[in-house]
Amino acid sequence: MPGQLCGLTTGVVRVTIVEGVTVIATESLSKRFPRVTALDRLSVDVGPGVTGLVGANGAGKSTLIKILLGLSPASEGRAEVLGLDVATKGADIRERVGYMPEHDCLPPDVSATEFVVHMARMSGLPPTAARERTADTLRHVGLYEERYRPIGGYSTGMKQRVKLAQALVHDPQLVFLDEPTNGLDPVGRDEMLGLIRRIHTDFGISVLVTSHLLGELERTCDHVVVIDGGKLLRSSSTTDFTQTTTTLAIEVTDSDEHPDGTRAVRETLHARGVEVADGSDGLPGAGHILLLTAQGEETYDLVRDVVADLGLGLVRMEQRRHHISEVFKNEEEQRKEAVGHGS
Amino acid sequence: MAVEHPPAAAPGDQTRIHNIGYRSYDGPRLGRSYATRSLYSQSLRGAYGLGRSIKSKVLPMLLFAVMCVPAAIMVAVAVATKAHALPVAYTRYAIIMQSVICLYVASQAPQSVSRDLRFKTVPLYFSRPIETADYVRAKYAALASAMFILTAAPLVVLYVGALLAKLDFADQTKGFAEGLVSVALLSLLFAGIGLVIASVTPRRGFGIAAVIAVLIVSYGAVSTLQAIAYNQGSTSAIPWIGLFSPVTLIDGVQSAFLGATPALPGGHGPSTGQGVVYVLLTLGLIAAAYGLLLRRYKKVGL
Ligand SMILES: Nc1ncnc2c1ncn2[C@@H]1O[C@H](COP(=O)(O)OP(=O)(O)O)[C@@H](O)[C@H]1O
Ligand SMILES: [Mg+2]
Repeated sequence: MPGQLCGLTTGVVRVTIVEGVTVIATESLSKRFPRVTALDRLSVDVGPGVTGLVGANGAGKSTLIKILLGLSPASEGRAEVLGLDVATKGADIRERVGYMPEHDCLPPDVSATEFVVHMARMSGLPPTAARERTADTLRHVGLYEERYRPIGGYSTGMKQRVKLAQALVHDPQLVFLDEPTNGLDPVGRDEMLGLIRRIHTDFGISVLVTSHLLGELERTCDHVVVIDGGKLLRSSSTTDFTQTTTTLAIEVTDSDEHPDGTRAVRETLHARGVEVADGSDGLPGAGHILLLTAQGEETYDLVRDVVADLGLGLVRMEQRRHHISEVFKNEEEQRKEAVGHGS
Repeated sequence: MAVEHPPAAAPGDQTRIHNIGYRSYDGPRLGRSYATRSLYSQSLRGAYGLGRSIKSKVLPMLLFAVMCVPAAIMVAVAVATKAHALPVAYTRYAIIMQSVICLYVASQAPQSVSRDLRFKTVPLYFSRPIETADYVRAKYAALASAMFILTAAPLVVLYVGALLAKLDFADQTKGFAEGLVSVALLSLLFAGIGLVIASVTPRRGFGIAAVIAVLIVSYGAVSTLQAIAYNQGSTSAIPWIGLFSPVTLIDGVQSAFLGATPALPGGHGPSTGQGVVYVLLTLGLIAAAYGLLLRRYKKVGL
């Protein structure tokens, strides 16, 4: 059949991903520019799946991607992508990975089809395969009739899809997506995040996606790496992350036996080894809210039991998601404090 | 989220192909040299507007026609009047048509490289297996080839016409071959100069103006100086002045070694010794252009 002739295997979705394999590994990786240190002894391992690289503007995300593509030498340390050393195997890496830059990179006077076919050939695909895979890939990212029109007339969302298509057209094992949601409206952002998720689940391609918006990646990623000023702040799976950072807000009624129900609950929980914070936030009338960190199902059960044992009524018990940044900031501060106390 | 994992389509089942999910690619990956060749052919096609909008095709196609029409007319006249020689020598044709050639390189050099810089497509290329030098080689070779097509096509018209008019075969073939060598050198030199200038400006308009200035204005200045030298009787200075513009440089090379009559006032062409200087300078400029382009793109990075 024609598909097979040009190397397209039909209908087989790659689901065989060896767990525990490292896709990206850096070891004490530094990049110093004359005036700034863009990466500062960064050591991180990234496995298969969708990994978010989060950090404020200037944190060093794009710099890291350039080093991983073998395009910019590290000042110090080493890095491997798909088991290949970035310092010596740049060309091999670039044949196996895709890259979606953060900036515009599309010529306005050619059609999406023309452009993506060309980029497929630039990745080494023979002409027939380049055309077939372009048609497939543009369809997968959601570009249909418009793909024959010049890119200059596209919306931002459509342009982002073309940029994504050129990163995927040669069926890489890994793609680097640098700020793919930049400039998109909320709907476009959600669609792009959905597409990114599918790159892994449907296409079997691992993803490293950057964003300076910390919140948006937690739904999309299996793993989040946070960097700040070129330093690793945290690397953890999003499931861990959600568990450790869900904050419970509870409010209880008072009773005759316990005129200050809130205080009674706090003391009882404290006695059971659960730290409880005051959720007043300085707001009048909010003094009855207690905040505690949920460690999983047990915490919910514990709170329910404690409140019931005290004979109080539970007015509310709700999850409060912290903004990722807050959580990481807090942890960082705690760590600094701990270090400060230790010395 | 429901994810479709359709079973493998039965071989030959064409209807399934359109609704199956993602297909992975296990075919050949042809690597760096294939990618470089692809960039070369894409750039060469682009130099005539192929694969781009209709608007981009107008100017290069028009200039190509303008290059060829006079040759066709000359040939028609030669055949009709049973002339014993073509009205112009092969080596002379490009010199006569120099403004068309300059317009072509001034419009297409920026088209070839400034667009990639301006729309930031260059970093995308370097995220592929190709290296800086591959990019430079592909772009340089493509523009030089496009210019060779532009300048050699009318020579082919002349040559075919000359044979139809039953002019001396050996004579014509020698003249044609000399003409081809000359336009090949011209193509390399002009493409190099055009690309170096265009590669430092992402703004296409500036690129076009700068290339025209270097090629046409330098020719005007050199010709004027040569005319002044001729009028003042200092004819020995004329060939040396000719080293300072690309058109007179090529003219000098072909006058010294390719049997051309120099397009200089009073026919004062370079001596053989001066001719060697002309050739060395031409080759040096081509090498310098390549070197400068390499340096320029080393800096582009991502
Ligand atoms: N080529 C360069 N020369 C000098 N400084 C650079 C260069 N590239 C990046 N930087 C600096 O390195 C830091 C990290 O930049 P970058 O990796 O682009 O951050 P991010 O992508 O996270 O916003 C910034 O302070 C930036 O100004
Ligand atoms: Mg960046």
